[in-house]
Amino acid sequence: MTNQMTIHQTHELLKTRQLSSVELTQAYLERIRQVEPQVHALVTVTDELALEQARQADKLIASGNISPLAGIPVVIKDNMCTRGIKTTCSSKMLTNFVPPYNATVVEKLNKCGAVVVGKANMDEFAMGSSTENSALFTTHNPWDLSRVPGGSSGGSAAAVAAGETIYALGSDTGGSIRQPAGFCSVTGLKPTYGRVSRYGLVAFASSLDQIGPMTQDVTDCALVMNAIAGHDRWDSTSLPYPIPDYTRCLTTDIKGLRLGIPREYFVEGMQAEVATAIKAAVSKLAELGAKVDWEVSLPHTRYALAVYYIIAPSEASANLARYDGVKYGYSYQEAHSMWEAMEKTRQYGFGPEVKRRIMLGTYALSAGYYDAYYLKAQKVRTIIRQEFDRAFEKYDALITPTSPTVPFKIGEKTDDPLQMYLSDVCTLPINIAGVPAISIPAGFANGLPIGMQIIGKPLGEETLLKIAYAYEQATEWHKRKPEI
Amino acid sequence: MKLSREEVRHIALLARLGLTEAEVDRLEEQLSNILENFEVLQQVDTSNVPPTSQSIALQNIVSDDKVAPSLSQEQVLANAPRKEGDFFRVQAVLEN
Repeated sequence: MTNQMTIHQTHELLKTRQLSSVELTQAYLERIRQVEPQVHALVTVTDELALEQARQADKLIASGNISPLAGIPVVIKDNMCTRGIKTTCSSKMLTNFVPPYNATVVEKLNKCGAVVVGKANMDEFAMGSSTENSALFTTHNPWDLSRVPGGSSGGSAAAVAAGETIYALGSDTGGSIRQPAGFCSVTGLKPTYGRVSRYGLVAFASSLDQIGPMTQDVTDCALVMNAIAGHDRWDSTSLPYPIPDYTRCLTTDIKGLRLGIPREYFVEGMQAEVATAIKAAVSKLAELGAKVDWEVSLPHTRYALAVYYIIAPSEASANLARYDGVKYGYSYQEAHSMWEAMEKTRQYGFGPEVKRRIMLGTYALSAGYYDAYYLKAQKVRTIIRQEFDRAFEKYDALITPTSPTVPFKIGEKTDDPLQMYLSDVCTLPINIAGVPAISIPAGFANGLPIGMQIIGKPLGEETLLKIAYAYEQATEWHKRKPEI
Repeated sequence: MKLSREEVRHIALLARLGLTEAEVDRLEEQLSNILENFEVLQQVDTSNVPPTSQSIALQNIVSDDKVAPSLSQEQVLANAPRKEGDFFRVQAVLEN
C-alpha cells in the first residue's frame, strides 16, 4: 500500500482482507510522524484512540458489517467536538477544553467504524484563510512549504494532500472547505446549508456554517456525504428531507447539462493562470457534452464581501459572548471583579483576528448602526440569493475559480486584513445564498494548485458531484500528489 | 466611516473585551478602513427588499417536551476553571 489510496480503493483491500485496519492505521500514524514536522497539519494525533478504533473496525469487518468508511483513517477539524479528546479551535481560549459529547458528524462516523487519527489545525475559531490565525502554529502547504494551505480548514486539507489521512472533515462559513481544498489540490464540498448537522460544531456564524468532506476524489466525497448528511433533531436548522445515495449520480454523462460562467467571478486582480486554467476546464466540460453559457452576469456579486464581513462578524460577536471564563476554557484568575475577570479572560484568550471580528460585529449590531450595517447587509443578502435563484432557472450549475490566486506565501497577507478577506471573494457569495458548492483540482501554475468551483441549487449536491466526477474522469489533476 | 478612539473603547466595553493601548490604536485604523470599504452597500437600492436572516425555509422547530438522557453534573463541571461542590464558582456579581 501507499499513502495515496482513496476510501474506495482502501475499502476493497479491507473487505477482501488483504489489509487489516490496524496495519493501515499504523502506516498512517507512521506517515504522520514522518511528515508532521514539516507540514504541521495536526493539533492532536490520536494514536491510542485510532488503534483501538482500528481493532474494533477489524472485528466489524470480520463480522461482515462493512460500511465503506469502516476501518479507514480520518482527520477531524479541531472545531468539531470529540468526546474525551481536546477540541481547541486552535485558540488559547480552548487549549484545554475536553468536550463531554461528540458532534453528530463524529457520532455518525463512529457508527460507520471510522478511525480518527487526529484533529486538524485551523484559523482560530475558523476565522481566516491561511491557518496563520491559529494561536498554536501555522500549517504549511505540502505543495510548497513556504506557502499557506488556505483556511480555515487548512490543517484538514494539508493532511489529506500530504497523505497523513485518507480523508478529513472541514467546516465552511465563507469558503473554509473550498479555498484550502483548492490550495492543496483536494476535493472539498460545502453542502447546502442544513444538509449536514452542525450539532457539536463550535459556532462561528450560525446562518452560514456548514460541515463537509475533504477527500482525494469525487467518489470519496460522495461516500462521506452518505455517512454524514441527513436530518438531526439536535440541530434545529437541519433539513428534514431524505438523503439520496450520493454515489448513484457518479456517471460521466453530462450531455445537455446547462452550465453558466458568471463573469463577475473573474475579478480584477485575478491571477491570469487561474483564469486560463478555469476557462480550459470549462472547455473540457463543453467537450464532454455540457452546454456552456459564457455570458452570465450576477451583478450583485461585488457586494458579497461587504455583506459577509458584516453578517459573519455580527453572528460571531453573539456566539463568542459565551467565552466568559466561567464554564470552560481559559479563565483569568487574578481579577478583582467579575467584569475585570471577563474582560481579561477575553483579552488574553482571543487572538487578533477574533478580536477584530468581535469588534466589527459588535459595532454593526450596536444602537445607531444596526440599520445602516446589519439590516442593510441582510437586505442585500436577499438580493444576492434571488440572483442565484434566477440563475438556477436557466442553468444546472455555475462554474468559477475557487480562489483568485494560487496559494500565497506565509506572511504575505498577515498585515492587511482586507487583502486576506479578498482571498475568499469567490467563495463567500455561496454561503450567503446557502447553496452547495464543490472545489475540485483543475490544474497547476508553476507547480501550485488551482481549484475549480462548481455551484449548484439548494440540495443540488448530486448535480455537482456528477459534473465534478465527469471532469475528474476526463483529467489527471487529482492524481498528482505533492513530493513530501 | 472614521472611528474615534472613544468609539473603539465603547465597542470594546459592549463586547467585554479588554484591549491594550496598542490594540486600540490598531483597531481604530483597521476598523475605519474596513467600514469605509463597506460604504459600498449604500449604493444598493433595498427599498421593499425584506432582510434574510437565514437561507432555508424552516421555522418554529419544536421537539416533544420529554425527559431524555443528558450530561451528568460531573461531566458538565469537568471543564470548569473554578468550582465549589456542585457549582461553578464566579466572582461576586453584586458588590457593596
